[in-house]
Amino acid sequence: MKRALTFAASFATLAFALPVGAQDLTITGVTVATGDGSEPVENGAVILQGGKVVYAGSAENMPAAPQSTTIDGEGRWVTPGLFATVTNLGLWDVGAVSESNDIRAGSSPFSAALDVAPVINPASQHILIHRAAGITRAAVVGSASGSIFAGQGAIIDLGSDANAVTKPRAFQVVELGEGGARLSGGSRTSAQALFRNALLEADEFERGGTIRSTGGGGSSQQGDDIGIDSRLARTSRDRASDVLLTRFDAAALVPVARGEQPLYVMVERAADIRSALALKKEFPRLDMVLVGASEGWLVSAEIAASGVPVIADGLDDLPQGFDQLASTQSNIGRMVKAGVKVAINASAMENPRNLNQYAGNLVALTRIPGADGLSWGQAFAAISSVPAEISGMGGKAGVLAPGANGDLVVWDGDPLEVGSTPVRVYIDGIEQPLENHQSRLRDRYRELDESTLPEAYDW
Amino acid sequence: MKTKLQTIAAGALGIALAACSTTGTAEAESASASQATTDTPFPSTYAPYPGAPTALVGATIYDGKGGRIDNGTVFFSGGKVVSIGGPDTPVPADIAVFDGTGKFVTPGIIDIHSHLGDYPTPSVDAHSDGNEATSPTTPEVWAEHSVWPQDPGFARALANGGVTSLQVLPGSANLMGGRSATLKNVPSRTVQGMKFPGAPYGFKMACGENPKRVYGNRGRMPSTRMGNFAVNRQTWLDAKAYDGKKRDLAKETLKGVLDGEILVHNHCYRADEMALVMDMAKEMGYKVSAFHHAVEAYKIGDLLRENDVCSAIWADWYGFKMEAYDGILENAAYLQREDACVVIHSDDANGIQRLNQEAAKAQAAGARVGIDISDAQVIRWITLNPAKAMGIDAMTGSLEPGKMADVVLWNGDPLSVYSRPEKVWVDGALLFDAMDRKRRPVSDFELGQPGEGDVK
Repeated sequence: MKRALTFAASFATLAFALPVGAQDLTITGVTVATGDGSEPVENGAVILQGGKVVYAGSAENMPAAPQSTTIDGEGRWVTPGLFATVTNLGLWDVGAVSESNDIRAGSSPFSAALDVAPVINPASQHILIHRAAGITRAAVVGSASGSIFAGQGAIIDLGSDANAVTKPRAFQVVELGEGGARLSGGSRTSAQALFRNALLEADEFERGGTIRSTGGGGSSQQGDDIGIDSRLARTSRDRASDVLLTRFDAAALVPVARGEQPLYVMVERAADIRSALALKKEFPRLDMVLVGASEGWLVSAEIAASGVPVIADGLDDLPQGFDQLASTQSNIGRMVKAGVKVAINASAMENPRNLNQYAGNLVALTRIPGADGLSWGQAFAAISSVPAEISGMGGKAGVLAPGANGDLVVWDGDPLEVGSTPVRVYIDGIEQPLENHQSRLRDRYRELDESTLPEAYDW
Repeated sequence: MKTKLQTIAAGALGIALAACSTTGTAEAESASASQATTDTPFPSTYAPYPGAPTALVGATIYDGKGGRIDNGTVFFSGGKVVSIGGPDTPVPADIAVFDGTGKFVTPGIIDIHSHLGDYPTPSVDAHSDGNEATSPTTPEVWAEHSVWPQDPGFARALANGGVTSLQVLPGSANLMGGRSATLKNVPSRTVQGMKFPGAPYGFKMACGENPKRVYGNRGRMPSTRMGNFAVNRQTWLDAKAYDGKKRDLAKETLKGVLDGEILVHNHCYRADEMALVMDMAKEMGYKVSAFHHAVEAYKIGDLLRENDVCSAIWADWYGFKMEAYDGILENAAYLQREDACVVIHSDDANGIQRLNQEAAKAQAAGARVGIDISDAQVIRWITLNPAKAMGIDAMTGSLEPGKMADVVLWNGDPLSVYSRPEKVWVDGALLFDAMDRKRRPVSDFELGQPGEGDVK
């Protein structure tokens, strides 16, 4: 499966000059993977017009493409741009240089209200480097640090322009399980109480009144069991002075409580996943997404029945904590087999540009007896169309289908193979520069000849 | 694809290996290396597990030292490689023969930089045994005293990574972190049962940001890079003056380094800083065996070659700290271009499971800038080169007659993401078999837990 990597002249690196707008473009002579879960098509073609995909598939069925620049792909691969979900792209420069790092805010008075949209830096090297790695869209959010709520994430594109944010405040993140326990005072029980309270306060805030019932909820007593006190779940008692959330945080959780903003719930253990899914019964409007879910395979049928999608760690197979004892690389394969919609979590790898490597590893599992992997098409979908769908961009990103954004990558080989790399990247039909700090260092140190001038003059 | 498997009684394994050895130097060097450990108070009790005489035929073989044999044969017996060659290589009748058609064979993978056992999973505070971060120099500590042999990470490295040997290093909080432990990757009740027999000790040093941050934050020296060097140099000078009359564990280790019996593994990212360390080593009379995390090694490939220092690197880690800001994908290829020694390392309980893939990424980055490095040479980055830097290359790291039969049979090209180890032998004993669920070690910790014995 490993392909020789060569550079053909027609795909030589572009100079710094950029096309100013979307090109109408036809690419033929390529293997096309549309990202929708189907297998790649050899002798394929793709047509972009007006920044959108017009056609992607077999060259035989290709419609005529008027007035379009045509490129012969010379056997390369074309895919939709990769969609990296749960990243911190654009929020930091150097991890250990705290001044440059906006991922955590442990001393902030705010939590759910934190909103990354205004602070994402589209010129961040991480955005440039990951664009060159074929990632065209990403979900960006900080980490929970001062509270169980991490704040509101944004959907961005990685295009070379000033406007990174496609969709601000696209989702909220809460940590339950072990992480939530640590952040909420020391136990999962505290995290659960904080979470319930927060949603009720948001509900109350929305209605501009004191905390009281919205009807329903509570629970009844069965036999000798003592049910949850209805005043804990829904109360009509006036406890306005009892609020824990700041006004901003309560306001930020209103769309979560109303189900208008997806809530990403970070959990790993099977029992914690069940508890999270149970919250859907208590708060039926929640638009929930599970993140992590290392033990998801143990409860895959329940997750599937709930309809909740999962952004799962791709290759975790160690008992990193006591909430991940059953971790296995087969986790995603088993959940997909059970009917769960699963995307690969970019935050569970050294950096998001390893997404395709992780997906390729899931294909490798199909050859190991007892393991559960993914087909090539499924694996590629888990880093393209599925994360896009979870992010509310279904049909627009992560897929080459008529009407989708013209986010397109031409690869020098099978994109799931280690070492394959993009030779051209388009976002909204606009060809993107692939230079960055790393590529400049690469070029400067192409040889170590300092006989005439120091390396500092080689730029 | 096992075509024939006949078990042979243990007593019938007596194939005279000494006579088969064609290297001659292997045993002499291993004797010399073992001298550094003859006085160890914690001697290795590792002994190879029983293995049947085995031949792998028809596979593509990378021998670990840069050679490739198509349709090759490897025959091992008594824990040692007996012969390696083309399809005509003679193989005794009535032994286990595996058809390797379409598959690949490499030496066991070696990770020069691991913290398995010292930072085991579950990663709870009670398991945090990798940094004796109470003094900027702790040459007196030995990583083997922290290794928890029940770390489930060992089995994952074996099953998914084909790792048969590894070096467990103290962490990088200190300028001098202590002695390393070189282990065979076999399940064992004790660390002594994993200790690589005859392996020299390594000595972990760290330059740059970590020591100055850890101790600077406590208001003590070193708080700067110049402080790092000052503390290092004075410590070396004091060690040189040590007369050995009163035992001093720290100085015994430093003396071992100065005598060339203990190999220095120096965590160091920046090119300029590596150059300073090499000068310090010359001043004090020791040698750096390898720079680890050498993210900027590509800037000084010539210097590293001239000083015969290996660079142990990741394929693509970058940016997580200031001294990692200039990490580039072409690091390994640029070092290879200068004919400097490249080692791909993990420093990570997950990464150790995919050293083959990391090497392939680095190879591909080189190919894109016109530096073509053969697959066989790339395999050397994760076999013989780390063995050399760890001082065990006379015993393992390549498939040569007389060497340990540390062997991986891959179900496809090991430089492809789609391939996995199918079988792994350590000293000729089959300790992992993807086709046999019982040939999959389960640590004490995992017994009775969810997921016990899963393929992981």
